[in-house]
Amino acid sequence: MGDVTHELPDRIPTRLVINGVSHTLDLLPWTTLLDALRDHLALTGTKKGCDHGQCGACTVLIDGRRVNSCLTLAVMKDSAEITTIEGLAKDGALHPLQQAFIDHDAFQCGYCTPGQICSAAGLLAEGRARDADQIRELMSGNL
Amino acid sequence: MNGYVGTPTSRVDGRAKVTGAAKYAGEFTADRLVHGFVVEATIPRGRIAQLDTSEALKVAGVLDVLTHANRPSLADKDDAWKDEVAPEGSPFRPLYDDTIKFNGQPIALVVAEEWATAKFAATLVRIDYEQAEFATDLEAERGGASEMDKPHKPRGDAAGALAAAALRHEADYLIPTEHHNPMELYATTTVWEGDGKLTVYDKTQGVQNVQKFLCGVFDKKPEDIRVLSPYVGGAFGSGLRPQYQVVLATLAALALKRSVRVVLTRQQMYGLGYRPMTIERVALGAKSDGTLDAVTHEAIAVTSRYEDFARNDTGWAEQLYSSPNSSFSHKLVHLDVSTPSDMRAPGAASGVCALECAMDELAVALNLDPIELRLKCYSDRDQSENLPYTSKQLRQCYARGAEAFGWGRRDPAPRSMRDGKELVGWGMATGVWEALQMPVAVRIVLTSNGHAEVSCAASDIGTGTYTIVAQVAADALGLPIENISVRLADSTLPQAPVEGGSWMAASSAHAVLGAAEDIRQELARHAQAMPSSPLAGVDAQDIILAEGTIAKAGERGRAISIADAMRYGKLERIEKQKLNEFPEDKSHARNTHSAVFAEVKVDEELGVIRVTRVVSAVAAGRILNTKTGRSQIMGGVVWGIGMALHEETVMDHRFGRIMNANIAEYHIPVNADVHDIDVIFVDEPDTHINKLGVKGLGEIGIVGVPAAIANAVYHATGKRIRRFPITLDKLLG
Repeated sequence: MGDVTHELPDRIPTRLVINGVSHTLDLLPWTTLLDALRDHLALTGTKKGCDHGQCGACTVLIDGRRVNSCLTLAVMKDSAEITTIEGLAKDGALHPLQQAFIDHDAFQCGYCTPGQICSAAGLLAEGRARDADQIRELMSGNL
Repeated sequence: MNGYVGTPTSRVDGRAKVTGAAKYAGEFTADRLVHGFVVEATIPRGRIAQLDTSEALKVAGVLDVLTHANRPSLADKDDAWKDEVAPEGSPFRPLYDDTIKFNGQPIALVVAEEWATAKFAATLVRIDYEQAEFATDLEAERGGASEMDKPHKPRGDAAGALAAAALRHEADYLIPTEHHNPMELYATTTVWEGDGKLTVYDKTQGVQNVQKFLCGVFDKKPEDIRVLSPYVGGAFGSGLRPQYQVVLATLAALALKRSVRVVLTRQQMYGLGYRPMTIERVALGAKSDGTLDAVTHEAIAVTSRYEDFARNDTGWAEQLYSSPNSSFSHKLVHLDVSTPSDMRAPGAASGVCALECAMDELAVALNLDPIELRLKCYSDRDQSENLPYTSKQLRQCYARGAEAFGWGRRDPAPRSMRDGKELVGWGMATGVWEALQMPVAVRIVLTSNGHAEVSCAASDIGTGTYTIVAQVAADALGLPIENISVRLADSTLPQAPVEGGSWMAASSAHAVLGAAEDIRQELARHAQAMPSSPLAGVDAQDIILAEGTIAKAGERGRAISIADAMRYGKLERIEKQKLNEFPEDKSHARNTHSAVFAEVKVDEELGVIRVTRVVSAVAAGRILNTKTGRSQIMGGVVWGIGMALHEETVMDHRFGRIMNANIAEYHIPVNADVHDIDVIFVDEPDTHINKLGVKGLGEIGIVGVPAAIANAVYHATGKRIRRFPITLDKLLG
């Protein structure tokens, strides 16, 4: 390898509170929340399907709101409360949405599923979906 | 059999998938793992004149940039690059030399400590090309098409009968290029185990296919490479052949002697396989009573310049519609693009779409109900080989589907039905696919605590293989399904072909039965040998496994627990491995069928089309799992909506480059596009095809759906759109 002339920017200490557990990471500023979860914390339940905010597979809940983690820089979420698919089940008991997805076979390969479930949990909290058509519309960010 | 087969059993891997515990290829990690990012070509044909990696190498954290000029050794013979499903030709070899064969071809791999660093450094790789003349436009190059082997023999004199027909319909239907777009990005994590040994986690539909391929490409011994894909985030045919990222990750691991992960971007995945753009020319000649006298179907499809990819687009009328005269041809146009690949119901999804639109047009011309026309032409035999079917309940599909849909209330006149300001259209079509079965081996290890592990190299790409294997094993071994654990998709497990063609359900289920039968025989032997055995003197064939016991059929009081029999035999475990091969039998044709009914509502001012209802009535033998089976068909229906209305890979032929290589501009149905889907499984007992009467469901769900929707659009609007997808500009134009 030749001389390094493209130095990387300084790493930024970042505190991420994920599923109630605090993690402090030294991250390059361009690291997305999605890559921080998957590559730095081995929380691979959050999926990468496009990295462009087009598919919703990376949906997580930040302070209760559903967010595409691929469009979110990790450093911007210092100290925010982040819930991923790994944090929805409590003490081994599945979240009702998780159980409903199993009971109704609402997935096949399972790759969009964590994003669908997190998005559905966010949608419930929003209180905007009153009928099936509204659910379809408001879940259309998740392919 | 005690009752899991045929029930709506929930997926046994469901918990792993809803909790995020299921790990896919790009999610396995290793000590000192590094990341590769692909640099791809931006011209469709030519050569690399100069490739300058010096700036990329100056980025802190970059370890290497692999190119054709500095890579480790790769096999130089085509045979080494041919996987078990490769078409005729000379397979593509990534980073092999300076030749550019298609836009998006990988030409360098930047390897860095972090993925984002590699991605940044990849932007600093400079490439100068010598561009050559190229062609990427099928319609412009149609005249240069070359004839492939005919899929079916001609019968009678189709041309003569067509010319003499009382009524003739002839048209071109255009199926555009479509990409699979599985939700999971193509990825490989190659783990360097030391001494040149590698464990490869790959997104693939066939771990043993990839394992053999890598051994050939890298001149490795079988024991040096192990390939796994425990979970696959969709593939739909795109993962049948090894994809280039598995070569690049493995190449980099060997070069750096480190573990390497390569994940393609969504855009890069448009450089993999695809459903080839195809011009489907169908001609139907009918007598005035609505019976067919002639069918011809010619397909002209895209392939690459280096491989001849061709599927059976045109032969399906031989199975569906009785006609004394028929002829078929399949032609290829070689263009400067990557090789197409199998994509859900390859051949049939495109070819049957055209055939079923043509049948609808003929029904209109004959003033016949579309179902009535199909019943007039109904064929009880596969005409191409003149064979009866093992089973064919297509008539029942028409009847049950029509009833559920309310077809009898249809006013046949176009533009006759309305709902407020929307036009309403009802259309239908037939679906057909093959019921294939392949040799598969399964190993069952039964332990004395009544737990069984069932293992096989087959993949589960979301189809439900884990679950049906557990169901069949639980029934055959007489154990609760909770006591069955299933291991799949590891190249060291018993033999399986790639998961595709709808053959894995029947094939894996019968392999489980074979291994379970050997377990039954051994348990029966031990049970009968026990002192004062209640099974003494019972014919071995009358001994069954049920409820954790070895028992006499019909006399359940005469039973011994599995645990007792194994204890008596001083066995901790019984291990049986069996290869199941289906006897060759050319006496019958084997197919699945469907009748698809669709309702569309069209806003004529805006051209917006909504598919408000679909009924799919499927005859596919015995359904192993009605819950996962229904999901399979629903998935096919949703994809059929996409094929009819949304999906199209758009090429700018001035640059030979795809313009919508992302999933915002490559449209697929979203939740708001999908409304009421009713899946009906028609009873279809089949004692001939195999012991369980299973046919497979992977492909049949999509076949016929795009045509049913297109026919509904015609019924709603009076406009016949023959270029798919049916977008609003075509409707307004």
